[in-house]
Amino acid sequence: MTTAMGLKDLFTRNLRQSGIYIAFILIVGLFTLTTHGVLLSPGNVTNIVLQSSYVLILAIGMVIVIIGGHIDLSVGSLVALTGSVSAILVIRHGQPWWVGVLAGLGVGLLCGMWQGFWVAAVGIPSFIVTLAGMLIFRGMTLKVLSNVSLSPFPADYQHIAGGFMNGFLGGNGYDVFTLVIGAVAVVGYAVSQVRTRQGRIRYQQLVESMPLFIAKIVIVGVVVMAFMYQLSRSRGLPVVLVILGVLVIAYSILTTKTKFGRHVYAIGGNLSAAQLSGVKVPRVNFLIFVNMGLLAAVAGVVYSSRSNSAQPAAGNMFELDAIAACFIGGASTTGGVGRVTGAIVGALLVGVMTNGMQLMGIDQSVQQMVKGIVLLLAVAFDIYNKRRATAAR
Amino acid sequence: MATPILEMKSITKTFPGVKALQDVSISVERGEIHAICGENGAGKSTLMKVLSGVYGHGTYDGSIVFEGEEVQFGSINDSEARGIVIIHQELALVPYLSVAENIFLGNERVHRGLIDWNRANADAAALLARVGLNERPVTPVGQLGVGKQQLVEIAKALSKEVKLLILDEPTAALNDNDSEHLLGLLRQLKAQGITCIMISHKLNEIAEIADTTTIIRDGRTVETLSMVDDGVTQERIIRGMVGRDLDHRFPPHDSVIGQEVLRIENWTVHHPTQPERVVVDDASLSVRAGEIVGLAGLMGAGRTELAMSVFGRSYGRDISGKVFLHGEEIKTRSVDEAIEHGIAYATEDRKKYGLNLIEDIRTNVSSANLDQVSRWGFVNANEEIKVAEEYRQSMNIRAPSVMSVTGKLSGGNQQKVVLSKWIFTDPQVLILDEPTRGIDVGAKYEIYTLINKLADAGRAVILISSELPELIGMCDRIYTLSAGRVTGAVDKQDATQEHLMELMTKERGPVR
Repeated sequence: MTTAMGLKDLFTRNLRQSGIYIAFILIVGLFTLTTHGVLLSPGNVTNIVLQSSYVLILAIGMVIVIIGGHIDLSVGSLVALTGSVSAILVIRHGQPWWVGVLAGLGVGLLCGMWQGFWVAAVGIPSFIVTLAGMLIFRGMTLKVLSNVSLSPFPADYQHIAGGFMNGFLGGNGYDVFTLVIGAVAVVGYAVSQVRTRQGRIRYQQLVESMPLFIAKIVIVGVVVMAFMYQLSRSRGLPVVLVILGVLVIAYSILTTKTKFGRHVYAIGGNLSAAQLSGVKVPRVNFLIFVNMGLLAAVAGVVYSSRSNSAQPAAGNMFELDAIAACFIGGASTTGGVGRVTGAIVGALLVGVMTNGMQLMGIDQSVQQMVKGIVLLLAVAFDIYNKRRATAAR
Repeated sequence: MATPILEMKSITKTFPGVKALQDVSISVERGEIHAICGENGAGKSTLMKVLSGVYGHGTYDGSIVFEGEEVQFGSINDSEARGIVIIHQELALVPYLSVAENIFLGNERVHRGLIDWNRANADAAALLARVGLNERPVTPVGQLGVGKQQLVEIAKALSKEVKLLILDEPTAALNDNDSEHLLGLLRQLKAQGITCIMISHKLNEIAEIADTTTIIRDGRTVETLSMVDDGVTQERIIRGMVGRDLDHRFPPHDSVIGQEVLRIENWTVHHPTQPERVVVDDASLSVRAGEIVGLAGLMGAGRTELAMSVFGRSYGRDISGKVFLHGEEIKTRSVDEAIEHGIAYATEDRKKYGLNLIEDIRTNVSSANLDQVSRWGFVNANEEIKVAEEYRQSMNIRAPSVMSVTGKLSGGNQQKVVLSKWIFTDPQVLILDEPTRGIDVGAKYEIYTLINKLADAGRAVILISSELPELIGMCDRIYTLSAGRVTGAVDKQDATQEHLMELMTKERGPVR
């Protein structure tokens, strides 16, 4: 028999996850008010996406690292290193843009393998390995760049993060192509939701009630289309957004639906139990760091492209932004808990806050303090929830 | 007699789903050694946790009267302030700190805000002399053996002006010499007027040392025996503890024994961090299809170490020996290799090694055999839930759904999840390490029935247990281990507790 879940069940069951969405909506609402609607204006929505893009990419990799019970402090330095390698090839040696991108990704992979080796094969805690990596990769960046910035990149390289897809289908005052992509995404979401629902019904499991199910799809559809409409009224669909969309979908599937994802959660949840269940722990740990290296390289390319330069100090403190995003997004400091979508919303929350405060002309110093307090509150809320859950049983 | 130093009246303590203590009352006279006996899970440790304030006032019903006045302990600090000190089975010493530092931890010898080391070490030396421990106060505790650490714990208790000392299984990890010394020390303390409550499974020790014995069964007080006046024998205590015939504690079972499935030959394992120490010494054993084979041994005999080293070298180093499956030699160098060969090992410590407690039943059940519910590396969540649901029903796991988090289940239900997880790997050999530890009596019977069913399905079962009645009641054959050596193999009809105990305490293996 199939029974339906109500709205309340959904929220209470996923309080840990839904809390972050509610917080996100509140923050967006707050800053929309304080900026008199500028926050959600077409140009600014585009800006938020571009500004937070590299932290979002890093957060995707970081949440997997954190679920596995590790930490990675080196990603900021790695962003700088991969961007510099790319810049050297493209700017100094005049190579085409894709050679730079591939080289950057290659360096990211190698650095990931280097750290993965020390964590997985030698068994050094990731905190130490990546603290060393943070120094090593920063040093390598300085070496590669000989302590000076490189700029500018050719136009096609800038296009990676600064480019927009628009005008393919025309439109007056708004870009039809952007809207079409939005519509495709919404339809794709709806189809996958319906298929999941059918699968669950076939296996006689709980599903949401029909009105709730439809409401969920409609709300997501409206939000996505509103977002796309704002983009289309500005400069169209940012290339970065496409990269991000692909990464979010791919990594959500990787973490929730694959054996590899399961093994990451198992290792973070109870290392010994995972080992005794036949999980090849060193292999999984190695792959976690290789993947983080690769994503740091993607972020490095995007960042260098957006800033149109490679700088010795690039990516400073990015690791902390990414880590904060994961914890705000509901990941547990002890591992085993977390979601890609949570980390994304966490990063967006920080992004919206930063952007909103910038629009209000709030001083940089205050911004930092606010960010710190939000991180504290998010984790405090998480601990409060956990306690309540334990007390309730 | 004078008024008792301690009276616990009608203590009732409930955990979610389990009534751990029901209307338990005990009365302890000043200056006596009072033993508390009962099976595993009878509620002895819970009672002591109530007394020492680990379960604070308000989490239980009933009252505690200490030295004539009613006390309400909110935490262990409150009870220690009144002179009640508990020494747990797992010792709570910091291995890197010195003996003196451990003794005065939280109670430092301070002079003007700084620690007065001379006084601390001198005081510690005096306390060590009192417990008969011939070690320097500056020696790190980690360098001492378990027996000596036990004495450090007692010295620590003495430093707190203890009036009532509670010892939870003090001799479980000790060898005979150390046990003897400890019992002698308890007699001395008694002469000095310190009252002592001792929880123990070793009935011979209780018969030797205790003045009074309270027996607890299934969370209730059964009786209180005066050891001196009533001339109580070990058999008398056993009758009180068990309360029913052995026959009814184990489901009836007729084994249908087939061909040999697993054979281990000349298996030797060294300690992981002390390579010169041999933990399993040239052990050989075999188990046949449909057979339940027991491994008996005292703590430190190497039972778990033997099992875990066979199961993908999860324990130890410099492992040598051969493993045969259906007569063919196999390699079990890693856990997944062992699982692939059809070996499953359900751990003795299900919380630490068996389950991912923050995940749900479904995830735990599939965790050792994800391939079965996956295609191309993708897990079919629906199929997985279906499988877990089947196990939830067939194993009678009491939880609202397979999405329930395992950390919130009772011990018995957690154990059923662990068993489900391993049965789902479709093993030919199931090694069950203390499968009924910390489980209440009703759930034990269910687990026994499951084990019998597994054997009836033609699987070979190796059962490791510290409870001899359990081994005798369940097994077709029992191997005894002593100090890493196999010292005997006893058939069901010859197995008595006395015979097994004799083999388990034998110094040397049979002459080969």
